[in-house]
Amino acid sequence: MTMHRTFTALALAASLGAAVLGTGVAQAAEGQPHPPSLKWSFSGPFGTFDQGQLQRGFKVYKEVCASCHSMSLVSFRNLAEAGGPGFSEKQVEALAAEYKIKDLDDKGEAIERDGRPADKFPAPFANALAAAAANGGVAPPDFSTLAKARTYERGFPWWIIDIFSQFQEQGPDYIHAILVGYEDAPQGFTMPAGGNYNKYFPGHVIAMPKPITDGQVTYDDGAPQTLDQYSRDVAAFMMWAAEPHLVARKRLGFQVMIFLLVLSGLLYFTKKKVWSAVH
Amino acid sequence: MSGHSTYQPQNGFLQWIEKRLPIGGLIHSSFVAYPTPRNLNYWWTFGGILSFMLGVQIITGIVLAMHYTPHVDLAFNSVEAIMRDVNYGWLLRYLHSNGASMFFIAVYIHIFRGMYYGSYKEPREVLWILGVIIYLLMMATGFLGYTLPWGQMSFWGATVITNFFSAIPGVGETVVTWLWGGYAVGNPTLNRFYSLHYLLPFVIAGVVVLHVWALHVVGQNNPAGIEPKSDKDTVPFTPYATVKDGFFIVVFCIMFAWFVFYTPNYLGHADNYIPANPAVTPAHIVPEWYYLPFYAILRAIPDKLLGVLAMFGSIAILAFLPWLDTSRVKSARYRPLYRQFFWLFVAVCIGLGWLGSKPAEGIYTLIARILTFYYFAHFIIVLPLLGIFEKTKPLPNSISESVLAKA
Repeated sequence: MTMHRTFTALALAASLGAAVLGTGVAQAAEGQPHPPSLKWSFSGPFGTFDQGQLQRGFKVYKEVCASCHSMSLVSFRNLAEAGGPGFSEKQVEALAAEYKIKDLDDKGEAIERDGRPADKFPAPFANALAAAAANGGVAPPDFSTLAKARTYERGFPWWIIDIFSQFQEQGPDYIHAILVGYEDAPQGFTMPAGGNYNKYFPGHVIAMPKPITDGQVTYDDGAPQTLDQYSRDVAAFMMWAAEPHLVARKRLGFQVMIFLLVLSGLLYFTKKKVWSAVH
Repeated sequence: MSGHSTYQPQNGFLQWIEKRLPIGGLIHSSFVAYPTPRNLNYWWTFGGILSFMLGVQIITGIVLAMHYTPHVDLAFNSVEAIMRDVNYGWLLRYLHSNGASMFFIAVYIHIFRGMYYGSYKEPREVLWILGVIIYLLMMATGFLGYTLPWGQMSFWGATVITNFFSAIPGVGETVVTWLWGGYAVGNPTLNRFYSLHYLLPFVIAGVVVLHVWALHVVGQNNPAGIEPKSDKDTVPFTPYATVKDGFFIVVFCIMFAWFVFYTPNYLGHADNYIPANPAVTPAHIVPEWYYLPFYAILRAIPDKLLGVLAMFGSIAILAFLPWLDTSRVKSARYRPLYRQFFWLFVAVCIGLGWLGSKPAEGIYTLIARILTFYYFAHFIIVLPLLGIFEKTKPLPNSISESVLAKA
């Protein structure tokens, strides 16, 4: 009885709080369009990466993004690991060998050797200062965690719904939006030197020039060679790079949920039986 | 109240031990024979849930510490190495980071339950104050832990929070330099935060022992807010409380697992996946959700020193609750007016939490000031007066009578 009443009161308090939240967040959302919410193969409780998409996304990264953006926490070997793009070990060995890795030989002399699967992706610039100097003063962000490091304000009621719908894809949505968001600046918009207009970038002035256009990367699996498709693919690839165990996490999660539900059911009936003598 | 132990070991070796160290009897009287009021509802399972969460945090934390490197140049990447290369490292890390939030969800429910049913009142004042100390230690531990991944929010959160102490007149700057171990948040800061983050959970565990000890001396409060009068009012802790706590711990774990496996970054900040950079300030420096109400109080006050005092005062005032509430009736069930003020207070706390996540400007500051005023007024004005003017409902004669009346 009291339990019920208390829950009702709690729900009331929560919705009172929520009603207050509504007004404020709606105002904050004005002015800046939200990145469109796309459908991702890895969303939801049974989400899993699309191997073909990750391989295409990797191709876009390798041929376009990697000339400026490092991905220093990802190793070549990761590309062959379960839940990822699904390259074979042979493919990864061949791929790694395309890269030159700075190392020391056994006499301590600086050398450049062929990459091995255990190596991390080498950065395009020698260091952060060199990266900044070559890119108008700001180093291009590293890709390793970028898909989890970018977000946008979801606003009411989405920030509550997101818990239940398991929406965790702000990062890839944002990355896709940035890549397709290059436009001509509207009339009267003053663009600082070195800036580029982007519909979705906060404040609309982004240092990165439009990086990729239709037809720039050749796909050999028949997927459309469009900016939109490139953006989806590279965003999915970056999500994998940021969360390489996502598939394993969701799969284990389902097993844990089944276990907990069964255990809680058993304990509930045990509790009822134990307490039946008292009530 | 501690149940007299009927523990008599059959085994010869255990008898030999028991004569020399009566630990079996202590465990038996504390967790088996201990009489618990028979009318406890599920809100009373959160003590067990909190003990469970403390265990989860300590175990996952010790294993994480085996892989973590507390150095400004290495910390971020060592956490990422845990996420990528340590077997089930992602699970340990997400359990620990989300576990902190679950710990706070549970402690807030536990505190509000205590407020609703008047669990802080005579003879449970010391029990309550020990709880406030645990809560304060939890806040410190959570803050220290959040700095360890050395992301942007770690660094800037540490900078903002430690700067509170610069508000102390005269010696503020000296104190802050001493806390940092330098002239800015840097490697010595990270080192000592790591050391303290490892230490404080064991201090919490120690105070939890005192908290449980005090509980077992005075006995549990209950939804009727009257003390047990006879054996008919209580049931032994085992099996009754153990199976009920066990069931609800598992239910709580379903929510915990939901966050860990499906939305592991929902309760965190995207900025903390950007390595700490002293040269770039994030657009909004926002603390973890469980500090937001206090952050709102801090920013509601225009003066820095007064703001810091109000923020610490908002927690310190909890310790005086047993004397600020003048009513002799414990449970809100028999206090119709208090019940409404209680839910208003809950709504104010949630509202302050929301304001803590908003920029401190314009209308937000105004609302934050009103709610901050009400937060303190609840303790200083409402509770003392309610005890005098409120017309309470008649209390049942005994716990068993109140149970039978409902059945």
